[in-house]
Amino acid sequence: MQKEIIIAGFGGQGVLFAGQVLAYAAMDSGKEVTWIPSYGPEMRGGTANCTVVIADEEIGSPLVRRPPAAIVLNLPSFDKYEPLIQPGGVLVVNSSMVDRPAQRDDITTIFIPANEMAEEIGDRRLLNMVAVGALLAMLPELTMEQVKAALKAHLPQRHQHLLKNNFEALDRGFEYARKALAQMPA
Amino acid sequence: MAKELLKGNEAIAEAAIRAGLEAYFGYPITPQTEVLEWMSRRMPELGRVFVQAESEVAAINMVYGAACTGARVMSTSSSPGVSLMMEGLSYIAGTEVPMVLVNVMRGGPGLGNIAPSQGDYNQAVHGGGHGDYHPIVLAPSSVQEAIDLVVLSFDLAEKYRTICMIVADGNIGQMMEPAELPEMRPVKRREWDWAVTGAEGRERRILTSIYIDPYDEEVTNLRLLKRWREIQKNEVRYKEYYLDDAEFVIIGFGTAGRVALSAVRAARAQGLKVGLLRPITLSPFPYQVVDELSRRVQAFLVVEMNSGQMLDDVLRAVQGRVPVEFYGRLGGVVPFPDEIADEIRRITSEKLTVTADPREAWYERLSARVN
Repeated sequence: MQKEIIIAGFGGQGVLFAGQVLAYAAMDSGKEVTWIPSYGPEMRGGTANCTVVIADEEIGSPLVRRPPAAIVLNLPSFDKYEPLIQPGGVLVVNSSMVDRPAQRDDITTIFIPANEMAEEIGDRRLLNMVAVGALLAMLPELTMEQVKAALKAHLPQRHQHLLKNNFEALDRGFEYARKALAQMPA
Repeated sequence: MAKELLKGNEAIAEAAIRAGLEAYFGYPITPQTEVLEWMSRRMPELGRVFVQAESEVAAINMVYGAACTGARVMSTSSSPGVSLMMEGLSYIAGTEVPMVLVNVMRGGPGLGNIAPSQGDYNQAVHGGGHGDYHPIVLAPSSVQEAIDLVVLSFDLAEKYRTICMIVADGNIGQMMEPAELPEMRPVKRREWDWAVTGAEGRERRILTSIYIDPYDEEVTNLRLLKRWREIQKNEVRYKEYYLDDAEFVIIGFGTAGRVALSAVRAARAQGLKVGLLRPITLSPFPYQVVDELSRRVQAFLVVEMNSGQMLDDVLRAVQGRVPVEFYGRLGGVVPFPDEIADEIRRITSEKLTVTADPREAWYERLSARVN
């Protein structure tokens, strides 16, 4: 088994942390994993992305050209990665920041208003966890329990009080995606 | 100790600290700065020496001085900064004192960019400072291997009174992987019989790289060579993947080596008998294993993130017995596995011939891809 996931968006949207949460969950469940950020001369508001590779055996390339799964949190990332997803792959799109429909019908695309859903929980910064929750509904390699356990285990002590809201964001994202998937034509 | 999710640069720094590093001198440069950052916090916390020097030139000369006292000492930098250190490295080599230098290589020449590259292979392995000397050069391809090689590098440097360089790249420095750090070793200064530590009550020792009489310098060069021959005999390291029944062998180090592993696995899944040789010591280079392989395989493919610098060492070992093909990306571009998979398809299906310089054909192929 090997699964590659790209998470992309603006700097400040929690792109890198979202990837790290998946990486911690993979590590804690005994899998091989790599997390690698784009590390150009970047800044808040610029583009940011990271690639997470989860596997059963020693991982070769930490980067892939065509991932089977991605989360895109803004329009430039949607434009960049939608054409690159492997046929049959999955894509989570933050519809709060995107104003066009999907162009691919050979992948599963979930549009989720992550900004608004995060604001409903009371913290706009949770939008990354809403999107991660949605991805988990389509990611058999990791379970929601594993991701929650990883958050709990690796969130620094000073941030532990944020766990409840992070869990809620994950759950809401997951539920939203599950319902959306159920309504899709087979 | 349990595995932690560690960033390459931070893991390199902490591994050195746990291996008993006494003094660190450096200067910030991307994509290596996290090493310096980590050192700046941890070294003072542990009562050890950290100096952010005014330049790489100053840093390497501080390393030189500290090394002469027998302390465990290191610096880290990235390509342009390492170029600045070359004079100091030559003096360190000529003075026969141990030190560790990590180069997190980036795209060049010149200021270049901050993307991952392997363009400094020749500088590290064949060139670098002036004069006749050979450093040990180690090339990790993962965070765990970077940790293990940092620990090893101090032992090797001290055992042979030589420079031990670790060449990584931005991918290894910036990537996070689960890895296990070694236990904290106490700092323990060895009683070296060469270190200058104050001569009260004993014979005076002189550490220098000046030998005015060429016959004395020749004796010194011969002594360096004697150690280098020991290193060549004892310290060759590499990792093999799927080589047992391989008919085609990919050779790549560091990041290029691990990217090639993905392509090799894909080729194996299609039934192609392809293996991978990943040199870990670039210097001493694993000539013998390449020589042996060249007597039983059909062809080699060398993959690098440069224009074929290690290729020359492979060609030297293969000696025209079988075709050697080359694939490289330049200037900070990291190949994707599918590019190497295409190359594997090509070399396993085309009729290959032994050519004097595989770069000729590669140049045409890459020009067509890039332009």
